[in-house]
Amino acid sequence: MKKIRVLALILSAFAVSTLIFPSYAYASSDDHGYTYRYDYWEDVQDSPDVFAVNESYTSADLGLEIPMKNPQGLYAHDDRIYICDTGNNRIVELTRDDGNHLSFTRFIDSFSGGEGANTFASPTDIAISDNGNIFIADQGNARILKLDKDLNYIMEFGKPDDTALDKSLVFQPYKIVIDTAERVYCVARGINKGLCKYEQDGTFSGFIGALPATYNLWDYLWKKIASQEQLAKMNAFVPTEYDNLYMDYEGFIYVVTGNVKEEDLESGQVNAVRKLNLLGNDILVRNGDYDNYGDLYMGDGGGHQGPSLFSDVTVFDNDTYVCLDRNRGRVFGYDDQGRMMFAFGGNGNEDGFFNWAIGIEHIGNDLYILDQQTATIVTFSLTEFGEMVFQAIDEFDHGDYNASGETWKKVMELNGNYDLAYIGIGRSLLRQEKYQEAMDYFEVKYDDENYSKAFKQYRKEWVEDNIVVIVICILALFLVPMSIGRIRKIKHDVDTADIF
Amino acid sequence: MNISAIKDNIKLQKYLDSLKFAFYCMTHPLDGFWDLTHEKRGTYAAANTILILTLIVRVMKLRFTSFLFITVYWEEINIFLYLASVLFPLVLWVFGNWGLTTLFDGKGRLGQVYMATCYGMIPYPVIQIPLMLLSNVVTVDEGSFYVVLSAISLIYAGILIICAMGQIHEFSGAKNILFTVASLFAMLVMVFLLLIFFSMITQGISYIVSLIREMLFRL
Repeated sequence: MKKIRVLALILSAFAVSTLIFPSYAYASSDDHGYTYRYDYWEDVQDSPDVFAVNESYTSADLGLEIPMKNPQGLYAHDDRIYICDTGNNRIVELTRDDGNHLSFTRFIDSFSGGEGANTFASPTDIAISDNGNIFIADQGNARILKLDKDLNYIMEFGKPDDTALDKSLVFQPYKIVIDTAERVYCVARGINKGLCKYEQDGTFSGFIGALPATYNLWDYLWKKIASQEQLAKMNAFVPTEYDNLYMDYEGFIYVVTGNVKEEDLESGQVNAVRKLNLLGNDILVRNGDYDNYGDLYMGDGGGHQGPSLFSDVTVFDNDTYVCLDRNRGRVFGYDDQGRMMFAFGGNGNEDGFFNWAIGIEHIGNDLYILDQQTATIVTFSLTEFGEMVFQAIDEFDHGDYNASGETWKKVMELNGNYDLAYIGIGRSLLRQEKYQEAMDYFEVKYDDENYSKAFKQYRKEWVEDNIVVIVICILALFLVPMSIGRIRKIKHDVDTADIF
Repeated sequence: MNISAIKDNIKLQKYLDSLKFAFYCMTHPLDGFWDLTHEKRGTYAAANTILILTLIVRVMKLRFTSFLFITVYWEEINIFLYLASVLFPLVLWVFGNWGLTTLFDGKGRLGQVYMATCYGMIPYPVIQIPLMLLSNVVTVDEGSFYVVLSAISLIYAGILIICAMGQIHEFSGAKNILFTVASLFAMLVMVFLLLIFFSMITQGISYIVSLIREMLFRL
């Protein structure tokens, strides 16, 4: 009888829980789901979706008469989205309304004033300053244009005036960003010396942040003994080019490169993502269990092999950044400590899958991803789970540690495999000076740095609380053997004394 | 007290003395390992004890060392394979060393090589047990203590084993080093032969199996 009652209780509890949390019951027919992340052991752990497809827009959906052809650039400014329709030599401006819906506004395909052609040839990127000035990487015309908001010519930036560059090299600006002072940073095709930096007045002021050249020892030794003819056939050790860049709200430039090899990534010689300061030094925090280069498993499947090849990056206001992999059409999110938050996507034609993902942007917490091959723009919004994760990060950043811990606990209820939730709870407990509890959370997820921080404080407290006992123990350790020796000596003296 | 009880008592005393002698070997390697066989100060019981202690410590380390230094993927731990990672090289070493030295005037017998090698392992449990406890009260910044001491325990044991071999075989220093290297090479040769042996066996069995299959198919 008792057994039956317990069984009924369990069943009813289960029924109630499914009623309360119906949306969390995930059933996937595949091997693994849409969203995943790698745990400490670099095993794939399925995760509830962090971002979910909102809508996807083809040229027809946007009402374009001439469909977009080979678009290569995506840019978001305030509530406007700009798509560089490279194949049709125009830029498509879209507006986002309150309901998160995109609609066509205008084409930017010509400008007035200036010398030479006043149309574009294969524009690949656009950037807009706070004053409304429009910067366009006009790749086919070998220039970066600066136009005012009514599309009047202001100036242009040409090939960098640098003696180290090959005279015959045609300047091909590919991706640009501008800072608050309207300085231009440009990734150009065929230039591997880093980003081309132009001052506000249009003068070229140098290259910053070149990727270091990589080589392995064997190649190096081989080059030492190879003949001139052999050397000519070999690849030179040259630094690789960047593929894209993004300026975050603080003015730091995130750069990504898709010219990477598996062995360079795994040995840490090359970083697929870097965060550059004004001097061009990499200041990205890498506290994760593994480096930030997307997929850790690079299996050969579905016609895709090798590492993730990043084509674009965007940075949210909470310092989490999202990289786009054009190889497998995946999206990788990392938090400010460099820990992987989520990975999702894949190759295919369904919503949320890509053929050749080329651009990623964000407005607020919504993601916009451009597919070059299908000329489609897909919008993503945070799911309930994703919003909770972002909320927990924001609360922690704002110093609201109690609330952050509570939110991370809710995240943990939805996904018990989410390592960041455990570490988040631990960090909030650490700030609340509950060291012993914090240590437990860090230990579960093998976070040695944070564990050590908590343990150091815990050890200090423990020593302070037990200082009396410790001192007594140490004294006893010295005094007991000493006094035993003394007693023995006295006894010996007494025994051998010949006063009797 | 009857005779057998006294005998047992003497045996126990001998065992404890020989176990204690391991610590003497640790601090006085040359003198200690000479006496180990020539003065019969060592016993197989003590050698086995040290070996078992080493194995136990090696397994306990997985569980009781702080995760700052050792993280264990328990799903892939096979305790027997893990123990074999000590026992297999030990067996290869003992046979390789004995096989070589016995051809070149080595005075040590097979059992003595085994005993001396086991005695040489004593720094491992002696250092690793306190280290296991220590690991739980340090932070990651102080981790270098752990790493250095852990390395010392292995290097110390290695030096002791080399010294022990020199003493029991009555070799000079240079000859001892030469035969240490040669023994390591002999271990490699034995691994190679074992691999060939097992692959031959596998091939042979599969040949017979396919032959029988073929015959059954034809009949």
